[in-house]
Amino acid sequence: MTAPETQAPLLRVAALTKRFGGFTALDNVSVEIRPGERFGLIGPNGSGKTTLINCISGAFRTETGTVVFREEDITRLQPHVRTRRGIARSFQIPRPFKSMTVAENLLVALDFASVGGDFILAAQRRDTVMSILTQMGLASKADVSATRLSQVELRKMELARAMATHPKLLISDEAMAGLSSSEVDEVLDLLMSLASRDITIIMIEHIMQAVMRFSDRVMCLDAGRIIAIGTPSEVMANQRVQEAYLGT
Amino acid sequence: MKRNGIFFWIGATLFLAAALLMTQVIGNQYPFFACYVILQFIVLAVAWSILGGYAGYVNFGTSAFFGMGVYTAVFLLKAFDAPLAAQIAAAAAVGALMGFALGLLTLRMQGIFFSIATIAATIVIETSITNWRYVGGSAGIQLQRPMVTEPFNNYVQMLFFIQALLVVLAVAISRYIQNSWIGRGLQAIKDDELAAECTGVPTLRLKLLACVISGALMCAAGAPAAMYLQYADPSSAFNLNYSVSVLAMSLIGGTAHWAGPVVGAILLGATQQLLTVTISSEVNVLVLGVMLVLFVVAAPEGIIGLIRRVLRNRSEGKE
Repeated sequence: MTAPETQAPLLRVAALTKRFGGFTALDNVSVEIRPGERFGLIGPNGSGKTTLINCISGAFRTETGTVVFREEDITRLQPHVRTRRGIARSFQIPRPFKSMTVAENLLVALDFASVGGDFILAAQRRDTVMSILTQMGLASKADVSATRLSQVELRKMELARAMATHPKLLISDEAMAGLSSSEVDEVLDLLMSLASRDITIIMIEHIMQAVMRFSDRVMCLDAGRIIAIGTPSEVMANQRVQEAYLGT
Repeated sequence: MKRNGIFFWIGATLFLAAALLMTQVIGNQYPFFACYVILQFIVLAVAWSILGGYAGYVNFGTSAFFGMGVYTAVFLLKAFDAPLAAQIAAAAAVGALMGFALGLLTLRMQGIFFSIATIAATIVIETSITNWRYVGGSAGIQLQRPMVTEPFNNYVQMLFFIQALLVVLAVAISRYIQNSWIGRGLQAIKDDELAAECTGVPTLRLKLLACVISGALMCAAGAPAAMYLQYADPSSAFNLNYSVSVLAMSLIGGTAHWAGPVVGAILLGATQQLLTVTISSEVNVLVLGVMLVLFVVAAPEGIIGLIRRVLRNRSEGKE
């Protein structure tokens, strides 16, 4: 990566507004994410975290505002095009391809998302899949049906599938929800190891100690607006954040 | 995979050789009349499964494509006295175009809404043909078969062999799709469309492709039917029975593998022929319904699913 590129933000969300009927889910949200950053996104239920992710990944069309990724306006691009540009995501409630094995789930990503991957030999593809699964600690489950995975394995598989698209930006939507504390540590370590390999990560999470440990910067949303953004300790100390969470 | 491919093509060649041999050895015309219909249903069911099975988009418009195939042939015959091969090729092109247009209009809808839209399209197309005098309108049109070409000595035998060729073509295409990236993408769409899109699958484009291929094959399968019956009329060419039968055949055979619709079409098609001859053509619709209900309840993944489950249980038993 050349020097000027590292200066420019990887992702720039500008004046984004998303309404569902009369309900404003996101209200004039602007944020910049730097390359290589570990970015935490917090906020009470219904504050617009997942809506923001859906607008970035393309699942939702926005009314106003722009999304710029690597200095390209992607506001009107379809989700699969954004995936090819380098934005990958996991889902809050895991959405595996149920009729496939774990390895096949990743092959979908290799087939469709990796640029110039059209003529990769079958054996090489298998190697790529296996190396990603090994990183994720899922190698032994490669040929198991996705329906037979446990909750933590499903989360890991979603991250693995996202990784198979060769993302520059990975968005993890509550990948730790409902996991035990040792499993939370496992997934957190995984995300940390991905971040150390030049992948920018946006992490939505309710588990505060995970957000605090993981993030370079944290943003807190409430009712569709940014109420605080800064280092984890700054955001935690913010009065409005405490009010939003504790409801005082 | 490669060995499978060799076996497949050996099987296909043997099948065609057997079909050709039949036309040279068997003098009785009835087997060809009956088998033609079964072969036609195999092509339709295999084609239907490309969109309905792999991608999970249930198309009730089979009869629209089939009927358009019939009327493409009728039109070309009346206007240009076109040979059979040209009729079939033109029907495939019309089917592809129709699949593209119908797909663009309807594939943004998901689930039941897509299915309803395909029924609506069928009615619109049938009504248009019914009001087109040139091809006979609602009264239908009589057609004269041309002279048969060597090595066949009867026109129905030739149609039978041509339909066998279409079967091989349809199955080869379906098998290729299943084993390629297209099949994996369609399967991802069937499992979870949003997740597929976010994994890089161009869902709309892939569904359109499936709809175009499926439509082209269904239309091509319909083209020889005009010459087979020597008559065409809108209410039988666009009969909803085609849609229902083909759907039932695919589901009963199983849609997870290309062989499913083939098995389903042979099983149901043969049963229908048998019942039509021995009892009545009305009863076969009833039997179709009963079988469909039985399979949906007892074996929702069809015969292929049933076989797979037995194999899996056996291999797990060994371990």
